[in-house]
Amino acid sequence: MAGLGPAMTATLDLPLPPTAPAETACAHCGLPTPAGKRFCCPGCEAAFGIIQGLGLGRYYQQRLLDIGARALRPEPAERWDLARHVAARPDGGFELTLAVDGLQCGACVWLIESVLAKQPDILAGRVNMTTRRLHLAWRGVAADADRLVAGIEALGYRLVPFDMTALNAAQDRKGRMLLRCLAVAGFAATNVMLMSIAIWAGESGIIGPATVALLHWVSALIAMPAVAYAGRPFFGSAFAALRQGRTNMDVPISIGVLLVTGMSLVQTIQRGADTYFDSAVTLLFFLLIGRVLDHRARGRARATAEQLLTLRMTDVAVVQADGTVRRVAQEQVAEGDRILVASGERIGVDGVVETGATSLDASLVTGESLPVAAEPGTAVFAGSLNLGATVTVRATATGGSTLLAECVRLIEAAETRRGRFVVLADRVARRYAPTVHVCALSTFLWWFFVAGVPIGQALLTATSVLIITCPCALALAVPAVQVIATGRLFHGGILLKSPTALERLADVDTVVFDKTGTLTEPLLALAECRDAEALAEAAAMAGCSRHPLARSLVSAAGRVAPASDVTEHPGQGLSRMTDAGESRLGSRAFCGGSERAAAGPELWLSRPGRAPMRFGFDERLRTDAVQTVDRLRAMGLKLALLSGDRPAQVERIAAALGIADWRAGCSPVDKVALIEAMGANGGKVLMVGDGLNDSPALAAASVSASPSTAADVSQTVADLVFQGAKLGPVALALNTARRSRSVMRQNLVLSIGYNVLMVPLAVCGWVSPWLAAAAMSSSSLLVMANSLRLHGRTDA
Amino acid sequence: MTILLFLLVVSLIIAALGLAAFLWSLRTGQYDDLDGAANRILFDDD
Repeated sequence: MAGLGPAMTATLDLPLPPTAPAETACAHCGLPTPAGKRFCCPGCEAAFGIIQGLGLGRYYQQRLLDIGARALRPEPAERWDLARHVAARPDGGFELTLAVDGLQCGACVWLIESVLAKQPDILAGRVNMTTRRLHLAWRGVAADADRLVAGIEALGYRLVPFDMTALNAAQDRKGRMLLRCLAVAGFAATNVMLMSIAIWAGESGIIGPATVALLHWVSALIAMPAVAYAGRPFFGSAFAALRQGRTNMDVPISIGVLLVTGMSLVQTIQRGADTYFDSAVTLLFFLLIGRVLDHRARGRARATAEQLLTLRMTDVAVVQADGTVRRVAQEQVAEGDRILVASGERIGVDGVVETGATSLDASLVTGESLPVAAEPGTAVFAGSLNLGATVTVRATATGGSTLLAECVRLIEAAETRRGRFVVLADRVARRYAPTVHVCALSTFLWWFFVAGVPIGQALLTATSVLIITCPCALALAVPAVQVIATGRLFHGGILLKSPTALERLADVDTVVFDKTGTLTEPLLALAECRDAEALAEAAAMAGCSRHPLARSLVSAAGRVAPASDVTEHPGQGLSRMTDAGESRLGSRAFCGGSERAAAGPELWLSRPGRAPMRFGFDERLRTDAVQTVDRLRAMGLKLALLSGDRPAQVERIAAALGIADWRAGCSPVDKVALIEAMGANGGKVLMVGDGLNDSPALAAASVSASPSTAADVSQTVADLVFQGAKLGPVALALNTARRSRSVMRQNLVLSIGYNVLMVPLAVCGWVSPWLAAAAMSSSSLLVMANSLRLHGRTDA
Repeated sequence: MTILLFLLVVSLIIAALGLAAFLWSLRTGQYDDLDGAANRILFDDD
């Protein structure tokens, strides 16, 4: 799987800087190093030493570096309040689950587990590669967690405590229950089928009636407990639907399976010729395969989405009464606490600036692309990025008045107004179930009253109608496609969070984009740079900083080895001593830049004996935004742009993309109103947005998407989350959804067509158990094979 | 016909053992990390 998180591989139309002489890769993390050195930084050198010291050097020969994953360079780690997440075990030990960032391949799993195994008192240290989580258990004291985690972080991995939510555990239990049911149904299906083949073979007269009766009884003894056990997922769902006065696909399935089993039991007791135990359990087996696959595919997408959010979690530096700083989790911050926000850090809570002045990138919150100034008294919102100096923020009420609370309220309102979506399978089931049951009933009535056969015979014929119409292929028609489509999207970096999102996507006729962070890249990009050599020099210094502008500079310069002798001056910039004197990179005041230069976010570079030089930054379209928008237009979709930013910025972007329908300066309420107006005119809107201010609009649209860089609330609300630096996944998702829908419809036609063919035979009483079993299996396989066609084509 | 009864019981017992083995492997979490299991086999040497 490609790595988590956006890969920052932006290219810029600037003259490429001359590459550093004899570029070599760091022996630990694989990033470029200064000429002649083996390591890019002291952290990597230390990690290399630890690994060699433990005798695990084999790691370097066996690993396969994943370019998409985060490089394995140890970074100054956030200090977590781990004790809060540690749980006591019944055997006196402690345990902790953490999300791991930076896993490259199986070798990393081996390395982490081997390092942990060498620690004293460790009970278990196991990495789950599928969910990318590390489970730790140890004896001793709870505080040992810090030591264990620090040991792994020193190798370059990032660990974030992960809370197993109740929802998560329920999902897990359901998955296991389905697998157990599948196992039981599979066991019963194969064994009952063995008996059935003997019975069918015996119809030519080679086995006597007593043996047939015996085989029927054995079949009954296997099938009945199996149906009772493996049928639970269907019975439960059918019962719940009936109680609410609805029907779904599980209703005809449950009725069919129960009636068939009951009828076959009666036949067995009466020593009749035909039983359908094999059909009942095979049907359950096929259906459960579909359920298990569906559950797996969705569980995986959800687990990855959770992982993304967990890795972005940060804690908050609270200034204590005695002036010391303690890091606590966001939800532990109380109203009135003073919080220290360093340069390059995201503000964790809503509040008011108390001391210090800075500029904030509030694009995730308000959609405004250019930084805003903040000084004592300015209200700031959680999610804003501090671009300037360190400031102190006093946390304000987390109750009804904050922006977040306002958005959550709007989301709830929008969700209640949005009608419940009925999936295709349920819409079919609503017509299908009554039709089938009326058909079976009339068959019984006709045979009993008109044709005058004995009641048992009439019941048997009616039951065979139910078996033939039991919606096996129909119930597989939709899930089989969904599993394949979800898997395809997953590989394309799209996480489908809602089970109905695929069908809602296929109906979309209008796509509404947010501007900042959705059409444009999440980080500001270098827009003004007059000298490639200076850029390379600046990028070498910037490589040592986590400041957003410094990171933009590095990504614009391409692969440049970071300098090793850089000092960071918080809130001002970076400096480095060279042979000629001191070089500086940072704010205008820090570097002595000219006052006459243009406004906007900037960095200055001053070098000994040369005039200071300005690097200007501006927002920039995602690299494939123009192609994606053109493709969407070619698919016949209407496009619109709703932004909270100022008109000039929005108009520029709208013009570049050729979107005629744009609005600037929209508040969250405006966005919801506009989207609901489109929906009221019969439009089906896909909203793509990332900001906190977009979240109510995401909830109001008929289906919604967010990039994985979006605000937490938006990602939680969105039906799908796409990863990476490109916008292409939006087109891929729409394309896949449309093709899935056409395959779903073909499947439905196939399975209903098969019923139309077979039902007359059943009504006439010409269906025997082997014909029913063969017809059911072949129609299910046909539907599966048709769904697999989605796999082949890669034109998206 | 006694042989039939005997064989039926034997085959069912064998199949039930297979089912029990699967349920056991499920309960001990052997399906929780299929990606990891696929990679782990390349490294487990101690």
